[in-house]
Amino acid sequence: MVPSDLRYTKDHEWVRIDGDTATIGVTDFAAGQLGDVVFVDLPAVGKAVEQFATFGVVESVKAVSDLYAPLSGEVVDVNADLGGKPELVNSDPFGDGWMIRVKVGDAAQLEELLDAAGYEKLTAEA
Amino acid sequence: MAYGPHTPADRQRMLAALGMRSVDELFADIPEPLRASPLRLDPPEPEQLLMQRLAGLAARNKVELASFLGAGAYRHFSPPMVDQILLRGEWYTAYTPYQPEVSQGTLQSIYEYESLIAELVGLDVVSASHYDGAAATAEAALMTCRATSRGTVLVSRAVHPHYREVLRTYFDGAGLGLEEIPLVGDGPERGSTDLAAMKRRLAEADDPVAGVVVAQPNFYGLLEHMAEASRLAHAAGALFVAVVEPVSLAVLAPPGAYGADIAAGEGQALGIPPQYGGPYLGILACTDSLVRQIPGRLVGMTTDVDGKRAYVMTLQAREQHIRREKAASNICTNQTLLALAASVWLAALGPHGLRDVAALGAARAAELEAALASVGVARVHAGAYLNEFAVSVPNAPEVHRRLLDRGVLAGLVLAEAVPDEPGLADALLVCATEVTTGDDVATFARELGLVLAEIGSGPASNTGNGTGAATGDGTGAARSVGARA
Repeated sequence: MVPSDLRYTKDHEWVRIDGDTATIGVTDFAAGQLGDVVFVDLPAVGKAVEQFATFGVVESVKAVSDLYAPLSGEVVDVNADLGGKPELVNSDPFGDGWMIRVKVGDAAQLEELLDAAGYEKLTAEA
Repeated sequence: MAYGPHTPADRQRMLAALGMRSVDELFADIPEPLRASPLRLDPPEPEQLLMQRLAGLAARNKVELASFLGAGAYRHFSPPMVDQILLRGEWYTAYTPYQPEVSQGTLQSIYEYESLIAELVGLDVVSASHYDGAAATAEAALMTCRATSRGTVLVSRAVHPHYREVLRTYFDGAGLGLEEIPLVGDGPERGSTDLAAMKRRLAEADDPVAGVVVAQPNFYGLLEHMAEASRLAHAAGALFVAVVEPVSLAVLAPPGAYGADIAAGEGQALGIPPQYGGPYLGILACTDSLVRQIPGRLVGMTTDVDGKRAYVMTLQAREQHIRREKAASNICTNQTLLALAASVWLAALGPHGLRDVAALGAARAAELEAALASVGVARVHAGAYLNEFAVSVPNAPEVHRRLLDRGVLAGLVLAEAVPDEPGLADALLVCATEVTTGDDVATFARELGLVLAEIGSGPASNTGNGTGAATGDGTGAARSVGARA
C-alpha cells in the first residue's frame, strides 16, 4: 500500500504537498527495483526544475536512473542526509529518504499525476 | 558467437528493419565530400617484394640523429624488462574486461597504475582510459564545467598548441566557451602565463569561469607559478587543472601540493617510446570530491567473501557501457597495455631512479644551454626551466633544415608550431633528457656554429621564402636583446 495522501509519476516519483511546498522522493517500488542505493545526485538549492524533466540521478549497486520532477518549481531544500546515508532511499523511501523540496509554481500540474490508486494499478501491472 | 563479415543477406535484413533500400540511403545525411571514397589499392604483390619495398621506405627515416626534440613527447631509457613483460600473452591481448572480476591480474595492474600515478600527482583518484595528454586535458576541462555548472574554461596559451586545438574541438561540439590567457610579453616572466590577465578575466562576474588550465612545465619548458594560479582560480570559484609532464613530478611539486583539483598529462614519457601517431597514454587524476565527474576506468581494492584481497571495477555508473549518452565521457578506451608499460617502467626505476631521470635531464639541459651559448645562441626567456627551453636563432626554419642534413634534429621550429604567438619567429624549442649524450650536445653546438657562419656569410637568396620574415624578426629579436641588456 502506498500512502494515499501523495501523488505519483509513472516514473515512480512521489510528491507531497504542504502549503506551497512540494516534497519529492521515489517510491518503495522504485527503491526495490533499484536495489541498494549508493549515491543520489541532487540539484542545488535555487535551481529550477521542470515537470517531467530530469532533476537528478539515483545510483544503486546494479543500476543508475534519472529522477523526474513531478512538478515544476524552484528547489528550496535538498536532503543532505542522503550524501552520507543514501540507503535511506531504501529503508524509508516515503520519509527520511525524501530527496528535494520545491516551491510549487503551478498547483494545477498535480492533475497530471497519478493518485495512490492509479499508481498501485500501474505497479501491479509492472 | 560467429565472427565474420556481414553477408549481403545480413545487410538486406538490417536495411529492411530500418525501412531503407540501400546503404547509400542510410548515409544520406553525411555530405558527399565527407564520405569515404572507395579504397584504391595497388594490385597484390608477392610478400617478399612487398617487404623489400616497405623496408626501403622505412630506411628513409632518419633514426641516427642527435635529437633535441621534445615538445610533448620525450625520449627516455626503457629497460628491456618493460617490453618483455608487455609481450606476455596474458597482457598483450588485454581488452576491456566486461566481466572484469574474473581477470584479477588485469584489474590489479590497473590498480597498480592508478596507485603509482596518484602518488606522483598527489591526488586521490586516477582513471586509466584516455588516449593521450590532449584528450585527458580536454576531459579535465569538461569536468570543471560539469562540477561547477558553469560554461567557460580559461586555458593558458602556454599549454601545448595541440592540446588547445583538441580542447577547442571538444568545447565547440559541447557548446561551451574556451578562452585563452595570454602570456607575459617581456621581462623576467616572459613566456609564462599572464596571471594578472587571468585574474582580470576571473573577476568578470557576468560569465563565471568553470576552470583554469595551466601547464607545468609549460609548452616553452618554463616553470609556472602554479600555487598562485591555483589560488586565483579558487578565489573565483573555479577549479584548477594542472597539465603535467609525469617525469618532472619526481623533482617538481605535485599538483596536489598546490591545490590543483585535476591533473592531466601525457604519460608517454613513462616507458613508452616516442612514436608517430601513438598509441600514447592520457593521464587523468582528480580529488576525491570530483570522483563522480572523472571519466574512465577506476579500479578499487576490496575483500572477497572469504576475506581475501580482491580488485573490482568501481563507480561504473559514470561509464559509457552503463550510462550511454549520459556517461562522463564517450571518448574513453581501454588503455591497459600502455598503463601497464608506464607501471612497469615506474616500478623498474623506483622513486630514486625516477628522480635521477628527471635530475639528469635537467643537468643535460643546463649543459646544452651553456654549449649553445658558446656559439652565440641564447635563450629566448629568462624564467626557470627544467629540461626544455627556447633559444633565439636567426633564420630558425632554415637553420633547422640545414642541421637535419648534418645529423642534428634541432628541436622544434616555434614559428611553425605556434605561428600566432608573438616574438617567436626566430626560435627553436630544444630539450634534453637522460639519454642525451655529451657527444650529442657537442655535435649540436659545433654544427649550429657552422650553419650560422654559413648562413651569415652566404647569400640570403638561398633561404627562399623565409627571407622576408627572417629579416623583420631578426631586427625585432636584436631590439629585445638590446632592451634586456
